Amino acid sequence: MRKFTVLDGLVAPLDRANVDTDAIIPKQFLKSIKRSGFGPNAFDEWRYLDHGEPGMDNSKRPLNPDFVLNQTRYLGAQVLLARENFGCGSSREHAPWALEDYGFRAIIAPSFADIFFNNCFKNGMLPIKLDAGKVDALFKAVEASPGYRLRVDLELQTITAPDGAATGFEVDAFRKHCLLNGLDDIGLTMQHVDEIKAFEAKHRTAQPWLFA
Amino acid sequence: MSARTLYSKLWDSHLVRQEADGTALIYIDRHLVHEVTSPQAFEGLRLAGRKPWRASSILAVPDHNVPTTHRASGISDPISRLQVETLGANCAEFGITEFGMGDIRQGVVHVMGAEQGATLPGMTVVCGDSHTSTHGAFGALAHGIGTSEVEHVMATQCLVAKKSRAMLVRVEGELRDGVTAKDVALAVIGRIGTAGGTGYAIEFAGKAIRALSMEGRMTLCNMAIEAGARAGMVAVDDITIGYLKGRPFAPQGAQWDKAVACWRALKSDEDAQFDTVVELDAGQIKPQVSWGTSPEMVVAVDGRVPDPLVMSDPVQRQDAERALRYMGLAANTPITGIGVDKVFIGSCTNGRIEDLRAAAKVARGKHVAASVKLAMVVPGSGLVKQQAEREGLDKIFVAAGFEWRDPGCSMCLAMNDDRLEPGERCASTSNRNFEGRQGPGGRTHLVSPAMAAAAAIAGHFVDVSQS
Repeated sequence: MRKFTVLDGLVAPLDRANVDTDAIIPKQFLKSIKRSGFGPNAFDEWRYLDHGEPGMDNSKRPLNPDFVLNQTRYLGAQVLLARENFGCGSSREHAPWALEDYGFRAIIAPSFADIFFNNCFKNGMLPIKLDAGKVDALFKAVEASPGYRLRVDLELQTITAPDGAATGFEVDAFRKHCLLNGLDDIGLTMQHVDEIKAFEAKHRTAQPWLFA
Repeated sequence: MSARTLYSKLWDSHLVRQEADGTALIYIDRHLVHEVTSPQAFEGLRLAGRKPWRASSILAVPDHNVPTTHRASGISDPISRLQVETLGANCAEFGITEFGMGDIRQGVVHVMGAEQGATLPGMTVVCGDSHTSTHGAFGALAHGIGTSEVEHVMATQCLVAKKSRAMLVRVEGELRDGVTAKDVALAVIGRIGTAGGTGYAIEFAGKAIRALSMEGRMTLCNMAIEAGARAGMVAVDDITIGYLKGRPFAPQGAQWDKAVACWRALKSDEDAQFDTVVELDAGQIKPQVSWGTSPEMVVAVDGRVPDPLVMSDPVQRQDAERALRYMGLAANTPITGIGVDKVFIGSCTNGRIEDLRAAAKVARGKHVAASVKLAMVVPGSGLVKQQAEREGLDKIFVAAGFEWRDPGCSMCLAMNDDRLEPGERCASTSNRNFEGRQGPGGRTHLVSPAMAAAAAIAGHFVDVSQS
């Protein structure tokens, strides 16, 4: 997995609550059996004026000028600013795959749906929960200053604004460790093979019908 | 030991190890797999030279991409076909049991798993699908996972997890005629919101829940994720045990007796503490109809489309305005004044035999309104379809002008050919009314099977509790 240490990135605002994973990556793109290449179809229904299907040349499709990520000032953004309950709905990991492939490495919102939040960490992305007031202030700051960037430091657990003002954020120690070092969960779990085997043997004795 | 919730009992009995920050490894008993969220996980195993830890714990079925008509001629879309074939090839390579498209047991993964008895009380159940919460109806800890986790569970039989908080949703009293588990689920989401259950595992309890069949409990737990909770669950009782007896994957003989004795303990202790308690009076719940683009945008059928102008929270107001624009609805429109173009009865939420019976009861001897372009019934599995045909439900539907289809996820998410056209309005027994969910530009209203059938007959929403 790609490491996440420090990110200094342009911020793009997506000002709506309950952005669901169907919106982040519509179902027709889930037919792929690969885990890359979803970026051009991130937010497909909002981003383009026509209907997207797998296999289309996305560079030739008409862009929706009203969709915020299509504004020139947000091109190349790496930090996505969002509202409550971001990533709700389906468990599709294609959603973080699409956002990561698009170029986002960090997402800041007042709250995230559980499965999406979890999926981000498996893909070298950092979802950050900040209280709604702080997120609101960030929306205003981004709107007011073209080229607005944030520096996200995972080691220090801080987000630093262009004026130097820093805000702290919470992250689980285990997830932080994995992201900072780019560690693969399976490899880590495999260090505990003996414990898993011992548990399994005990479990099988107690409830053999689970192993039929 | 102090009093524990059902959730705590399930968690404790599967805990392999725990880090200082609470991150844990929990053992997984049952892994359900479908074609959409598994190919990258199998590929990951292959690239790393790994094999499934316990292939017999995995049960696979294609459901999202499968056609619901002309099944014998296969899948016409080559990309969908490749995904379904890839599942078959992966299952063959890794020694995993799969119920393929030609198998009578094929169906929506969450309908199939339960009807096979592959979900048992006391199990941990995962699937790369958010509606895995369905299986909590059996007193199991069941939730959706991402594809990286699918690979992790295949490789290690464990999931990296943190314990959630516990929420109790207690529904006392009796449901009125025409009010179903689906209406309870929507009423709960309307109350607590789609993020109300985020970070929680929900236990549904109370007299009205105890009175629900297993099908009803599955509908309710299925929708726990729409309230933001990864897991929903119901304690084990005679109804649970009665449902499981004789199912293919359920224990038999002496093992059955031992298992039942063990399952009887799968309920929250009397004085167990929950982090949050939500109470509803069953008698006050009316049939529900969603009006917007999030399941929390829901009202009783005798209500009206809300007016964003009276909403004080600016984010909520803006969302409601956007939803009404998308849905093509004016504020204050009576719900019963909303006409529908299509009707979809099916899905992992409402594609079980009881759901089809409820819809058929409404449709019997009537006919789909001329203004309705398509009303379709998609059984949750081949076995549900077979049972319905034994009971003659197919004949009732067909005589009433409904299409009787083959099993699959179908128009719940429209990955196959079943979809809404832009602007079309649908009464749907599925679980999500997100923008574009049933097809780009499509407008979804979530309802119960009886409400969907009634809307098909009338051409607009009607209150089935009043007829």
